Amino acid sequence: MLTLLFDGIAYGMLLFVLAVGLAVTLGLMNFINLAHGAFAMVGGYATVLLMDRAGVPFLATLPLAFLLAAAAGALLERTLYRPMYGKPHLDQVLFSIGLVFMAVAAVDYVIGSQQQIVKLPAFLSGRFELAEVGIGKYRLFIVVLCALLTVGLQLILSRTRFGSRLRAAVDDPRVASGLGINVNRVFLLTFAVGSGLAGLGGALGAEVLGLDPTFPLKFMIYFLIVVSVGGTSTITGPLLAALLLGIADVFGKYYAPKLGAFVVYTLMIVILLWRPQGLFVRKGAR
Amino acid sequence: MNVAQALAAHARWRGWEIVLFAALALSWFVLPGHALLANEIALLALFAVSLDLILGYAGIVSLGHAAFFGVGAYAAALFAKHVLPDPLVGLAFAVAVSALLGLLTSALILRGSDLTRLMVTLGVASVLYELANRFDQWTGGADGLQGVTMGPLLGRFEWDLQGRTAYAYTLVVLLAVLFVCRRLVHSPFGVSLQALRDNRLRASAIGLSVNARLVAVYTIAGGIAGAAGALLAQTTGFASLDVLDFHRSADVLLVLVIGGTGYLYGGLFGAIAFKLLHDLIAAWTPQYWTFWIGLFLVVLVLVGRDRLLKPWTWRVAR
Repeated sequence: MLTLLFDGIAYGMLLFVLAVGLAVTLGLMNFINLAHGAFAMVGGYATVLLMDRAGVPFLATLPLAFLLAAAAGALLERTLYRPMYGKPHLDQVLFSIGLVFMAVAAVDYVIGSQQQIVKLPAFLSGRFELAEVGIGKYRLFIVVLCALLTVGLQLILSRTRFGSRLRAAVDDPRVASGLGINVNRVFLLTFAVGSGLAGLGGALGAEVLGLDPTFPLKFMIYFLIVVSVGGTSTITGPLLAALLLGIADVFGKYYAPKLGAFVVYTLMIVILLWRPQGLFVRKGAR
Repeated sequence: MNVAQALAAHARWRGWEIVLFAALALSWFVLPGHALLANEIALLALFAVSLDLILGYAGIVSLGHAAFFGVGAYAAALFAKHVLPDPLVGLAFAVAVSALLGLLTSALILRGSDLTRLMVTLGVASVLYELANRFDQWTGGADGLQGVTMGPLLGRFEWDLQGRTAYAYTLVVLLAVLFVCRRLVHSPFGVSLQALRDNRLRASAIGLSVNARLVAVYTIAGGIAGAAGALLAQTTGFASLDVLDFHRSADVLLVLVIGGTGYLYGGLFGAIAFKLLHDLIAAWTPQYWTFWIGLFLVVLVLVGRDRLLKPWTWRVAR
């Protein structure tokens, strides 16, 4: 029971790291980016390929996965995404679905459609008992790492100059640029960091979630659930939503395996019916 | 010219529309060898027309339109298997079921932003997919529902292997639906839909009951999408989980965007272009055709649909 809860928390934390970049682009920049999972896939494949072909140790591949995904994000933001910011939502949806299709087919072509396996280092595999609760070491590693990332992100957003610039640029890009903030660069950096985090999440999650070319399509709806249920004005909202989703999913799969994701989708519809703007919305924010 | 005359002028049958209807009807006689492909195109066009009603006219972005398509397909297949093999009764039953689903789920799309609607429509389709997967003793799960035998059409026309009967059947339904929808969108109801698409607040300020109209159009669109699904199940004698899959919702959106939204025939032109494009690319590179579809989408949006499909406007736009 508690083991399940712990697995759910680990899963939720993972989803949060994967989706937080989307919460920023979608919530702050108001851009519906269905291709977010593609950046996570970049990170996942970076880890797998670096370990398999170049023999880089697992821990060292994580920052590389972050950097690669961030670079891909920055490149795409510069070239393709920027003209889309002002377009209607339908155009954004189509554009990003197109990107997903391309990413899926391209990975299939280059690497192949089989499931990729991550070989975890010895000190991260296995599990131990703590007060009768079985805890997987790798799950614990994920929880700790993601918790640190969350605290770091919250501090950056609320305490640093960059964070206040970002919030200013989002609230009113025109006034922000009038005050000498380089709005384009702020958005570029934000997008790159968000994609990088997705890449890191993909690398961490390759072992838990599985990794094959359809990854962006399979998990697209999960990311969107996290963001739309959590609301987009804070990062604690998506965090709680991700934890809720992770726990609900693990429990649902354990107690009613045939119903699968049914529980999760129904929960989402009910929550969105009740609070269309998401669970955790500050009154009067935007 | 007052408003009534302007609306009447707008609703008048144009020459090209009559030609289009005639060409569709004639296609059955001139394309006997391609009836199977033509049948698929007509099905897709029907599906896209129903999406156009809610997207192009009422402005609801949906990523889960396959829900109605799939429910229609399963309803028709199950009805034929367990109740009555007559296709027309089955079609009516499937339309009723999917319209009912539209009525029930329309409550979900009235509130919230574009993102909420996107998520809820996607969620409904996913829930149905999971349900169909769960109750595989009825739906056949991933293997599909087999053993559906349809009775002859109108009691006299047997289904043939070339799909001639199937295409005639689908074509008649498509033409009827196009005709009815044409009446619908030029009626006061249709015009009020366009008003609330452009500005909901103003539409309600002049006394339109926005929610009732959205519920109505969502129900109608659900019924038409269900008809498309039912036709698929009846003409192929088969229904599988694939009818509820996400790619169907994405494909139909793509079809509609290729053809253009908000003038009713976009779905038709889009379906023709999409199927031909699909066949062309799939023949050339069967496994990776989604890459080219994706590239096409990206270019389409970046360049702009109007500019891409009407090259003669390039110079004027400068």
